Amino acid sequence: MIEMLTDPLMQRALLVALLVGLAAPVIGTYLVQRRLSLLGDGIGHVALTGVALGWLVGNAAGLVPQDTLAIPGAVVAAILGAVAIEVVRAKGRTSGDVALALLFYGGIAGGVLIISLAGGSNANLVGYLFGSISTVSTQDLVVTVALSVLVLAVGLGLRTALFAVCHDEEFARAAGLPVGALNVVIAVVAALTVTVAMRVVGVLLVSALMIVPVAVAQMVTSSFRRTMAVAMTVGVVVCLAGLTITYFHDASPGATIVVLAIGLYALAAAARPLVASARRGGTHDPHPELPDDVVVEAP
Amino acid sequence: MSEAIDARGVVVELGGAPIVRSVDLAVGEGEVVALLGANGSGKSTLVRSLVGVVPLAAGSVRLLGATLGRQVPWGDVGYVPQRVSATSGVPATACEVVLSGTLHGRRLRPPRDGRERACAALAAVGLGAEADTAVRTLSGGQQQRVLIARALVRQPRLLLLDEPVAGVDVPSQQTFARALAELAAAGTTVLVVLHELGALAPLIQRAVVLRHGAVVHDGAPPRPAPDHAAAGHEHIHPHDGDVDPVHDESGVTPTVRWQP
Repeated sequence: MIEMLTDPLMQRALLVALLVGLAAPVIGTYLVQRRLSLLGDGIGHVALTGVALGWLVGNAAGLVPQDTLAIPGAVVAAILGAVAIEVVRAKGRTSGDVALALLFYGGIAGGVLIISLAGGSNANLVGYLFGSISTVSTQDLVVTVALSVLVLAVGLGLRTALFAVCHDEEFARAAGLPVGALNVVIAVVAALTVTVAMRVVGVLLVSALMIVPVAVAQMVTSSFRRTMAVAMTVGVVVCLAGLTITYFHDASPGATIVVLAIGLYALAAAARPLVASARRGGTHDPHPELPDDVVVEAP
Repeated sequence: MSEAIDARGVVVELGGAPIVRSVDLAVGEGEVVALLGANGSGKSTLVRSLVGVVPLAAGSVRLLGATLGRQVPWGDVGYVPQRVSATSGVPATACEVVLSGTLHGRRLRPPRDGRERACAALAAVGLGAEADTAVRTLSGGQQQRVLIARALVRQPRLLLLDEPVAGVDVPSQQTFARALAELAAAGTTVLVVLHELGALAPLIQRAVVLRHGAVVHDGAPPRPAPDHAAAGHEHIHPHDGDVDPVHDESGVTPTVRWQP
């Protein structure tokens, strides 16, 4: 254990896992609330093309290492993709569904194709698809810290406004809130979260880190604020635990983290009826004591 | 008397069909006006267009003296939508939902005393004890009252309500009527969409009746359609013919009569 904590590579990895575990569920809470749980998935697919384009440009410019521009490329592509998705959603076009599907598949296929064109190997590709937290450089760490702090500042600082828009968009509009701008803020923050979390779990599992902790939390809470807090705790715990496990046992950190989170979900689902009945203290009639509106005569 | 709502020539089209046809509506400050009409006459759409939720195809709207848009003092306008907000994936307490009502165009973060104000607004609609209860576990009538509290929390000068008492039991309707009477007495302007005047009848100073998206009456509150509220009146609803009560599949046909 001491050895793990003194390893500089592992120190960086743990710090990244901590930040991602904190930040991803924050934006995930808003996405679940507005029933856009799969948005992160879509953005992840598009981000892969960004990675590949960054790689291609880096290669052409002769940068060392080749993937210097991979993360900036992912940030740009993810933001463009997220805003495009938001525009399609806001317009409410029936063809939007198909347009999004094309965007997602195009993202993955384009990413794979361009990486091979840029001279990348399958190993490079797998790193982005499934995460490569064990190779975090100091530069990666700086980018991750900056983006995570931004995501947390926006996601927590504007919580009531973002809640209002996600909870009841019509009311938010009738209150004169800048609904369009707040929706774009959510899309952009989701995009930044995807590019940060990509490092830990990879583009294919990035959405799981945003959504599964929220799914766990909402089973045991009754308020939005507490759901977010519990989800952040779950995110941090599974990220750190998953990373620790894979330090001692050879396994994919990203996959381990996601399986741990889903395991917690199964536990919470199993324990929920027990907790609920204990909280009620046995039999409890939830109906308020009010007089009947009608007189019911015996049949 | 200046106008709290001044709508001229309002046309709203949804899906290419004209829902509201050239409506002029003026509500003076401090007035309590009911917007009546049959189902599908365009009442809700008109109100939604007044607060900018659905776009105007033609015409103009001024709220509290400002043209509809950013310049409206949104902090003074309260809106209660018709539908009970769908219970979303993430739980939220009544207090959190009401707290979101403290935000408006010029305020993106709740005020320092936001929670106290939210609790006070909930108490005003008789839900003081449910502040920390998840909205999804409340009854339909209670959820409707949470939405009313969300509009009241910012202490609006102009209140627009879309069928606030639909599906709410009679004692709650009377509680709501008393709360609305206090607001009106304090000078709040009220435009309320109603299906029938009911418990709010004593408050209503003027009624506007819509039919097929156009104003057909603007003046004293009209009497209900003949025999509408009389004893022995049978409510005929469009879908009543769908189920034969005698051959109800449940096989239970309790004898009920309306309380006097």
